[in-house]
Amino acid sequence: MRIAITGLGVTTPVGGDVATSWAALLAGRSGIRALPREWAQDLPVRFAGTLAEEPPLDRVEARRLDRSQQSAMVASREAWADAGSPEVDPLRMGTVIGTGIGGVITLLDAYDVLKERGPSRISPLTVPMLMPNGPAAVVGLAHNAAAGVHAPVSACASGAEAVAVAARMITDGRADVVIAGGTEAPIHPLTMAGFAAMRALSTRNDDPSAASRPYDIDRDGFVMGEGAGALILESEEHARARGARIYAYLIGAGLTADAHHIAQPDPEGRGAARAILAALADGEASAEDVVHVNAHATSTPQGDSAEAVAIRLALGSAQPAVTGTKSMTGHMLGAAGAAESVFTVLALHHRRVPPTANLDHQDPSIDLDVVHGEPRQLPDGECVALNNSFGFGGHDVALAFRSA
Amino acid sequence: MSQEILDGLAVIVNEVAGVPVADIQSDKSFIDDLDIDSLSMVEVVMAAEDKWGVKIPDSEVKNLRTVGDAVAYIEKSTA
Repeated sequence: MRIAITGLGVTTPVGGDVATSWAALLAGRSGIRALPREWAQDLPVRFAGTLAEEPPLDRVEARRLDRSQQSAMVASREAWADAGSPEVDPLRMGTVIGTGIGGVITLLDAYDVLKERGPSRISPLTVPMLMPNGPAAVVGLAHNAAAGVHAPVSACASGAEAVAVAARMITDGRADVVIAGGTEAPIHPLTMAGFAAMRALSTRNDDPSAASRPYDIDRDGFVMGEGAGALILESEEHARARGARIYAYLIGAGLTADAHHIAQPDPEGRGAARAILAALADGEASAEDVVHVNAHATSTPQGDSAEAVAIRLALGSAQPAVTGTKSMTGHMLGAAGAAESVFTVLALHHRRVPPTANLDHQDPSIDLDVVHGEPRQLPDGECVALNNSFGFGGHDVALAFRSA
Repeated sequence: MSQEILDGLAVIVNEVAGVPVADIQSDKSFIDDLDIDSLSMVEVVMAAEDKWGVKIPDSEVKNLRTVGDAVAYIEKSTA
């Protein structure tokens, strides 16, 4: 496949838009912060990657949208404007936005109202705000997307799966232009407690900005983050006909499953390796073409090791420049795969790979060339980059991009 | 008609749907003039019930076509 990427948008813990976020990543700047003391005092984990900038929406729009929908709107608007706000026949326009959990803050706040004030006080917006297809629906409505609106749900692979589904809408002939993305607004005491109960989160409360440290020997779990990412996917023909700027091409998507465990990755990385190989085969690319991997790299002890094994299994002796941007953004769950697709595309476009923060002592069992300290220059000429995303449930998604 | 209730309702409709307060007049239809959808109408009713301590049953809501209808209903219920 060969799908043009013509617009990019994000809102993340390191920046409210693409330019700010990218500059922060290149500078190795962390967006992980302590949560408000009173809010977090009873929690085992009291820090997270909160949005660098509150969503710039008007009051009425903001109150009708869950925070996950607000972020999706912000990232989509930026991506759409970045693509030149093209005129598209609604029947040829699609939207695919994934989320891991959906409107969990809305749901839990509504439950508080139910307990305190009774069912008659529940807002009529509760259901549209909590449903996991809500972000895709509100963005689809804003752009008259009548070809189809979809919301893949595969935990932390949702954003990447959305990009894959969006690409298929184009290759299947259902749409010419698709807004693809992922979003998450999971920072609530209940979700923090739930992930902490799984022992999935870092507990480095005394040093939040050092907590997310993918591939480091002292990593102790992931750091919760919130945000959204969006990409405008366009058939090459449509993009060329309107003279659009093409950042890069999405050339392949590999979607597999571990069939191993509900939360643990397969330590042998077989499902993830199959996803990488499928993405490369889809794009008629070889392991040697891959110059860069934006890894899933959440900073969990098992996950990072399993991914390193999977990359070796899929790429053999090739040593692309690997980075883990979650070291700075934290893990934006269902937004991660979309935001990191944006970062992967930017790396190809600017020929620069952001460093992995907090990599003080690389785990010796991890046989990867992990970029750290400062950005890495990529070679000139045609080259391929991968973005990996994996989710609880054993979902494996790899996306392959080729430079424009 | 109570100006106080009209003013209070205008604040609620503005809060819920962003309609400018000046546009919210007694002869305006919620649906046709103010573009209030069914979900927003439920929100307006809930806020009005809270503000004036009245009960507006669903069977009545469909009769409240204009802002003036709602003001009259609230006025009658609080009398």
